[in-house]
Amino acid sequence: MNEIVQFENVGLRYGAGIETLSDLTFTLYPGSFYFLTGASGAGKTSLLKLLYLAQRPSRGLIRLFGEDAVTMPRERLPGFRRRIGVVFQDFRLVPHLSAFDNIALPLRVAGVKEKDLTTPVAEMLDWVGLGDRAEARPATLSGGEQQRVAIARAVIGRPEILVADEPTGNVDPEMAIRLLQLFEALNTLGTTIVVATHDIHLLSKVPGAQMMKLEKGGLSDPTGSLRNPPLPRDRA
Amino acid sequence: MLSLFVIPGHDRRLIPEGRLSGPMPWVIAIMIFLMVLATAIGLAFTEAGQNVSDQLSSRATVQIIEANPDLKAQQTSDAAARLRGMELVEEVRVLPAQEIEDLIAPWLGQSADGGQDTGGLLEDIPLPALIDLKLAQPIGEKELEALRTGIRPLAASARIEPSSALIAPVIALVRSLQWIAFGLVILLAIATAAAVIISARAALNTHKETIGVIHLLGGTDRQISRLFQRRIALDALLGGVLGLICGAAIILLLGMQLSALGSGLVQSLDLSWYSWLIIGAIPILGMILAMVTARMTVMGALKKIL
Repeated sequence: MNEIVQFENVGLRYGAGIETLSDLTFTLYPGSFYFLTGASGAGKTSLLKLLYLAQRPSRGLIRLFGEDAVTMPRERLPGFRRRIGVVFQDFRLVPHLSAFDNIALPLRVAGVKEKDLTTPVAEMLDWVGLGDRAEARPATLSGGEQQRVAIARAVIGRPEILVADEPTGNVDPEMAIRLLQLFEALNTLGTTIVVATHDIHLLSKVPGAQMMKLEKGGLSDPTGSLRNPPLPRDRA
Repeated sequence: MLSLFVIPGHDRRLIPEGRLSGPMPWVIAIMIFLMVLATAIGLAFTEAGQNVSDQLSSRATVQIIEANPDLKAQQTSDAAARLRGMELVEEVRVLPAQEIEDLIAPWLGQSADGGQDTGGLLEDIPLPALIDLKLAQPIGEKELEALRTGIRPLAASARIEPSSALIAPVIALVRSLQWIAFGLVILLAIATAAAVIISARAALNTHKETIGVIHLLGGTDRQISRLFQRRIALDALLGGVLGLICGAAIILLLGMQLSALGSGLVQSLDLSWYSWLIIGAIPILGMILAMVTARMTVMGALKKIL
C-alpha cells in the first residue's frame, strides 16, 4: 500500500526554544481514519501544521503524496495545499464573507466556475444544517455554526487528506456525531482523515479508526506503531 | 493589464474595497496634480526653448564698425549688396539708424531729435551699422566663415555674430528650468511609489488573516497580489484623474494669463497638442507605477510567508 504521508525523525522547533515535536516517525495510508490525541500542549496543532504545510520541520523528512515536502519549492506548495482540507481550531473564517462565500472559497481559489459551485456549496450548507444561514456573516453565527462552516469549507473540495483540529470542540454531542458521520462518509470515498482531539469518547464513535497519541512532543509509542493496523477504512 | 479589472466579483470581495475611503486616492491625486504642473512647466520650457532656438538658429547680425559715417554707409551698402548675392543668404535687412537708436534707448536714452534730452550723447557715440541676416540653413562655423570671406574685402572691421550666441544664456536657463521640472516629476513619482508601498504594506497587515487563510487553502501569491494590485490601481486611477483635472485647470488658467502678457518668450510658453497628450497620460502612467509598485511590495511580503 502506498503511503500518503510519511514522517521520519521529524523535529520542530520554534525559534531558539526547545523542540515542540521530537523524533516523529510514522506513516499514514490512503483512505485511513486517524485520531491524534494528547493533552493540551502535547504538540497536536504543531503536528497538524506540518501536515497541512503551514510549517516546515526543523529537521527530519516529510513525504507527502510521495514527494519530499521539506525541500519542496515554495511555488509548488499551493498545488499540494489544494489536496488537503483543513479545519482550523480557531475556524479562521473570512469575517467579511458570508457563510456561502466562506465555504465556496477553496473552490474559487482552485478556479472552479461560478455556475459549477453553487449547487455543491448549497448542498454542503444543508448538510451542516446551515441552509438558511447562507448569507450570514461569521460574526452573526454562533461558535458551533462557525465551526460547521469551517468544516464545510474544509471538505467542499473533496480533499485527499482532511486535517481537523478539535473539529467538535464547539458543537453539541448530536452535531458532533453528525460531523463525524460526514468525515466517515468522506473517508469511505477515499479521503484520509486526521482528527486531532482530546475527547477520548470520540474515538469509540468511529470503529476501525487508528490512534496516534502525542506526549510532550513525541509519539507515546516511540516505534511509531499505531493502536490499530493502518488499513484503509473499507478494509478495517 | 485589462485582466486586472475583470477579476470576478466574488474574488474582489476577498479584500474589502472602500472606494475613496482611505487616504490613498487623495495622496495620489495630490501627487498627480503636482506631477501634471511640473510636467507642463517642463514641456512648456522645452517647447519655448525649441521655438526660440529654431527662430534664431539661422539668423545672424553683421556689425559694420567704422567711425567715419560716410565710409560706414558705403561699407554697409556694399556688404549688404554682396550678402544679397550669396546663395546661402535668404534675407538681408539693413537696420535704419533710428531702429538702432531705439534698441539702445533703454540704456542711453533717446537722441536729441528723438525728443529725450541726452545732451547729444548718441550723436557723439560711433554706433556700428547693423545688417540682419536670415540664412537658408542653421548657422555653423562653415556658414560663418563663408559670410566672413564674402564681406571682409568690403568691410575689414565687420563682425558677424550668430543670433543663437546672443540668446545662448537664456536658452541655457530655459534648459536648466526644464530639467529641474522633469527632476521634480521623477521625485514626485518616487514619492508616489513610496506612498503606494506604505499603503500596500498597511493593507497587507490589515488583511493578514484573510491572506493566511487563502494561502492555506491553496491560493497562490499571484492570486493574492492581483487583489491588492486591482484595488491600488483603481485608487491610483481615481486619484490620478482628479489630480489631472485640477492640474489641467490651473495650466489653462495660467496659459490665459501668460497670453495676456503678450511678451515674446512668455507668450511662447503655450503647450502643443502632443504636450497635452503627455500630460493626459500621467494618470495612466501613475496607475501603472502604483500597480507595479503594489505588485512588487505584495509579492515581496508574501514570499516571507511559507
